Amino acid sequence: MIETIPQHGYLLLSTFLFCIGVIGVLFRRNAIIILMCVELMLNAVNLLLVSFSAYSQNSDGQVFVFFIMVVAAAEVAVGLALLVSIYRNVMSTDINVLSKLKG
Amino acid sequence: MTQYLFYLLAALSVISALLVVFSKVPMYSVLWLVVCFFTIAGHYIILNAQFLAIVHIIVYAGAIMVLFLFVVMLLNLNKENEQHKNNWIRFAAVVSGGILFLTLIAAMRSTEVLAYNLPPKSEIGFVQNVGMKLFTDFVLPFEISSILFLSAMIGAVVLAKKDKN
Repeated sequence: MIETIPQHGYLLLSTFLFCIGVIGVLFRRNAIIILMCVELMLNAVNLLLVSFSAYSQNSDGQVFVFFIMVVAAAEVAVGLALLVSIYRNVMSTDINVLSKLKG
Repeated sequence: MTQYLFYLLAALSVISALLVVFSKVPMYSVLWLVVCFFTIAGHYIILNAQFLAIVHIIVYAGAIMVLFLFVVMLLNLNKENEQHKNNWIRFAAVVSGGILFLTLIAAMRSTEVLAYNLPPKSEIGFVQNVGMKLFTDFVLPFEISSILFLSAMIGAVVLAKKDKN
């Protein structure tokens, strides 16, 4: 079914998605959008792993993707809880407000 | 046929990912991210990873994005008066992302990835094969990830709990 698609297509697509995630992390000031861009980067890596797994006929890569999903879910839960407690203290999710460690 | 489907899904996922970054309202970003995750699930189905496609839809679109939507609504962020970084920093962000893209593409062109151009078997993505791998070779990481989930759950509850004073 997939032999008509060269693997370079998947390499290019996942690289591009990863770079969009990086640009989003650098571009936005809202901490929730930054977390979403981190999710985007994780998904780009997942897509790359699945494509290598499919083209090399080995399902180890799909197991790795499963574990990445586990870690991503845990990360989002803890990150959003942190954001809620930050919002309670400073009434904002702007990352420029959170510069107290700068001294 | 499959090729056109791939190009359609790729264009959709790139456009929705760009809209996640550049849309003004946080709620729209969340909804475009849901679209992006569905197109990535479509890519998994094209790549014969049916189990992962279903798990991806359930975990991302069903659990993670609901969490994001819940927090955006709870914190009442659905307004357009978000402060932006100044123009120089935004320009530098786009330029550095583009440079990263160029570097990765150049590194990819100089490596030999064509060793894997076999036509893939269709059954490596089934629940049976992935589950066999998961419960024989990877059984220790699988159990450790359950401990990770438990600690993440406890941590999230403790962090989001309101202080009494």
